[in-house]
Amino acid sequence: MGDEIKTVRDATCTFCGCVCDDMVLTVDVQNKRITKAENACILGKAWFREHAIEERPFALIGGREATTEEGVEEAAQILARARFPIIYGLSDTTCEAQRVAVAIGDMIGGTVDTTTSVCHGPTGIAFQAGGESTASLGEIKNRADLVIFWGGNPAEAHPRLFTRYAVTPKGMHIPNGKKDRTIVLVDVRRTPSTPVADIFIQVKPRSDFEVLWALRALVKGRKVDPSVEQRTGVSLAVLEDLVARMKSCRYGAFLFGMGLTMNRGRHFNSGALLALATDLNEFTHFVAKPVRGHGNVTGADNVVSWQTGFPFGVNFSRGYPRFNPGEFTTVDTLTRGDADAAMIIASDPASNFPKAAIEHLKRIPVITLDPKATHTTQLARVAFTTATYGINVPGTVYRMDDVPITLRPAFDSPYPSDEEVLTAIRDRVRELLGGNRLPVGTRPAPAVATS
Amino acid sequence: MGSSLRIVNGRVFDPANGVNGAVQDVCIQDGRIVADVPPDARKIDARGQVVMPGGVDIHCHIAGPKVNLARKVQPEDHRLDVHPRTRFTRSGTGGTVPSTFATGYRYAAMGYTSAMEAAVPPLGARHTLEELHDTPVLDKGFFVLVGNNVLLYRLLQEGRHEEFRQALAWWISVTKAYAPKLVNPGADEMWKGHRNANITALDQKIDSFDLTPRKVIAAFIEAGNELGLPHPVHIHCNNLGHSGNYETTLETMRLAEGRRAHITHIQFHSYGSVAGKSRDNPTSRAHDIAEFVNTHPNISADVGAVMFGHSTSMTADAPLAYMLRQFSHGKWVNADTEHESGCGILPFTYQDRNYTNALQWAIGLELFLLSKDPWRMVFSTDHPNGGSFMSYPRLIRLLMDREFRKEQMAKVNQKALEHCSLRDCQQREYSLYEIAIITRAAPARLLGLTQKGHLGAGADADVTIYDEDDDKERMFSTPRYVIKDGELIIDDHEFRADHEGRILHVAPDYDPEIERVIQPFFDDFYTIRFANYPVDDRYVRGGQIIPTTGQAAPAGR
Repeated sequence: MGDEIKTVRDATCTFCGCVCDDMVLTVDVQNKRITKAENACILGKAWFREHAIEERPFALIGGREATTEEGVEEAAQILARARFPIIYGLSDTTCEAQRVAVAIGDMIGGTVDTTTSVCHGPTGIAFQAGGESTASLGEIKNRADLVIFWGGNPAEAHPRLFTRYAVTPKGMHIPNGKKDRTIVLVDVRRTPSTPVADIFIQVKPRSDFEVLWALRALVKGRKVDPSVEQRTGVSLAVLEDLVARMKSCRYGAFLFGMGLTMNRGRHFNSGALLALATDLNEFTHFVAKPVRGHGNVTGADNVVSWQTGFPFGVNFSRGYPRFNPGEFTTVDTLTRGDADAAMIIASDPASNFPKAAIEHLKRIPVITLDPKATHTTQLARVAFTTATYGINVPGTVYRMDDVPITLRPAFDSPYPSDEEVLTAIRDRVRELLGGNRLPVGTRPAPAVATS
Repeated sequence: MGSSLRIVNGRVFDPANGVNGAVQDVCIQDGRIVADVPPDARKIDARGQVVMPGGVDIHCHIAGPKVNLARKVQPEDHRLDVHPRTRFTRSGTGGTVPSTFATGYRYAAMGYTSAMEAAVPPLGARHTLEELHDTPVLDKGFFVLVGNNVLLYRLLQEGRHEEFRQALAWWISVTKAYAPKLVNPGADEMWKGHRNANITALDQKIDSFDLTPRKVIAAFIEAGNELGLPHPVHIHCNNLGHSGNYETTLETMRLAEGRRAHITHIQFHSYGSVAGKSRDNPTSRAHDIAEFVNTHPNISADVGAVMFGHSTSMTADAPLAYMLRQFSHGKWVNADTEHESGCGILPFTYQDRNYTNALQWAIGLELFLLSKDPWRMVFSTDHPNGGSFMSYPRLIRLLMDREFRKEQMAKVNQKALEHCSLRDCQQREYSLYEIAIITRAAPARLLGLTQKGHLGAGADADVTIYDEDDDKERMFSTPRYVIKDGELIIDDHEFRADHEGRILHVAPDYDPEIERVIQPFFDDFYTIRFANYPVDDRYVRGGQIIPTTGQAAPAGR
């Protein structure tokens, strides 16, 4: 350990969507490492420990070491030439970088898509169809006397969702913490989260929608046939008990995960849950909140939405934003073999996309921005090494409940931030294209008149 | 910047300086209005044209958490109304809640150069500022929601008035806001903590507190004035939209007791009820409201006119949105922000054949036509609640052209017209001078923006030039030139440059000791650390602090 030890208080962990901002980091400044992360969960501790500075080239072009500037030139040439480029990822970088990435997509007439399309994208679609009743996590902490987790395993994926926000913390109207709440967990199997629950409801796999729909019917006073148990594995008595609890609580909250969205039914599942929460507002106060994975995936949703009107899967080729999940979502575009270039920012699709999509990535020039070597950087034409957000880079991230938080970096990185690299690429593409690329057939603006 | 410009031969409407259509030069140097420029300055020949300061929107919803939810929930609106990019401007989508870039460009394309986002929970301040940076051309700021703030309520309840005032100053300052905003004071606790109830009277006890809306409102009016804020307090009264609510509005205005207070979208607060009929049957009480405002120079208001067609209700008044849902039956968003605010959003359509909607439309017009002081009854549709900002030119025509107004009146629910006095004030037509007051000069003055809304030397060079046209809707839809900070953004109807605009905010002083009172509350009840709550200067880069004074500015002239 070096001599100079620094403490960073109130630092933010960007590992998951909880975005806990109460870290106390002990930093070995000389060796550029975080030696201790107080208040971090097991995932956060690993995140801080593993993000030391590694000796990596600033950029690799076709596997050859290069400077960032050379990488920028090559990346800009690729993007300026491409006719159907995709910009993808964005959930593990700052909003400042995300804003520049969308600007590039607009300028070149490409597609901008985020990891939302492979996690809570269906919830985004369900939201568009009906809206939602939702809340900041602090409302749940301070008021929720009934919390229902559905299709997720926070104990392993979002540990502090339990301890900081929704189960154990004491709140203004919940003075005794967990004692004042009823915790329900709905899932297809027992997980390490199950012991937290007062009531565990095990549904048969692929029958969440049926359970949710039966609950909606019961809430509205309709009759549900006891045969619902054969289909879903949940008895009518259990459903009726849950409905009674939901209607009589003072402030109820659903926290739901990808067990709903990436399951049979997808946006129908999310839609059924959001509609159930909405229905319950006829009787009491009820909210629902998707539990988000990546540290700033919520920021990505927000940035893409405010710049384009749509949350993900946005294409600019006609000169304006169009939204069509299934067409402009990255897995689908790549699987069809449509894209002719891709810029992947802070994401590793080559490790988790379907094979056909990865095969297409191998056929087209790929640009990556990542602090680490990944499966995707391995197949990239241009791979930038960038600094890690939250640890080296300041900026803004949005917690899963849309609350924006400013990062306090722990130590400097020799590598540039995503925002810096993207800004350089944007400026160079603009030079190459002479401004925004206009779709074929666009009427040119007349020359500037002077008098 | 650095360029100079001389606008010649145009008819100038600059009410703040008493200029009423005189043909005179307007000179611009380095982003400011100046007395004269060198002879080699570029000239704009504005013969047959009208020169006005850039428009100033005192109340709209264009950026921040609730706006983005409203955007996200209406993809069908965006698909129908796209905003293509040009060589140097960004693309976007429209509808009643356009994307940020489309919002900025479309305001500019109507001759507006400043706008105030009217309702932001403090926790959403960063989000709002990020969106405002992506809202081009306009200078902009936001009003911060403080009227349901739990800690401020606790201080008030305990009679700690000095600490209340200090904490209010802290909240405004650390969020980089422009003004304090009250929305249905007392309702949040009823909504979130009492099974979706609402506050219905100024003297009703607020759940969980030993307080009433009356006490809360009076305290904010007093504190906002004492802090010398350029816009002391912006009030969305209780009972919005309910029949018979005009009495609440009158009582609220009386609470000011001579101090400055701004009542927003007052149209929605001017409803009576038919004697003996159910509360659901509103009538117009525009007369009573206009009369009160006319005779109380400390009070100002924006109208919040209703325009027929699509709108989006988005409000921190969550119970109101829930009530409207029983009429719309469609999408609905509710979003609670811890200790600070509620929020409700739904798409809504105002129909001319519907009794209530037609009455609301008529009351908006009545308030304008009954107003005796255009400096204190100013222009707004509460965009996008009463209608999109894109409907402003049409509203201007309704005010300026009584024949057009008559035609439109013939198309609406006639029974509604029987329950208001629109037919009695039908003679009045607004002049260009009055339009320049209610859309520019007065909003700027009420906001305390001394460099905006006029064309005197030293003012920001935000200028709009319209072709004179008998069709006022067409005239105000398509300015020929729009100048922002001295730069020609729209030249001969075409966008020629992009421009970011700047954030306007205030920074009232507070005693740092107040943080000792605030921090423990954060440690116990917030989910964000106290140290991470204040918004730092990066979020207002290139911004401008509007000074606070020891005493509040007067409302009228």
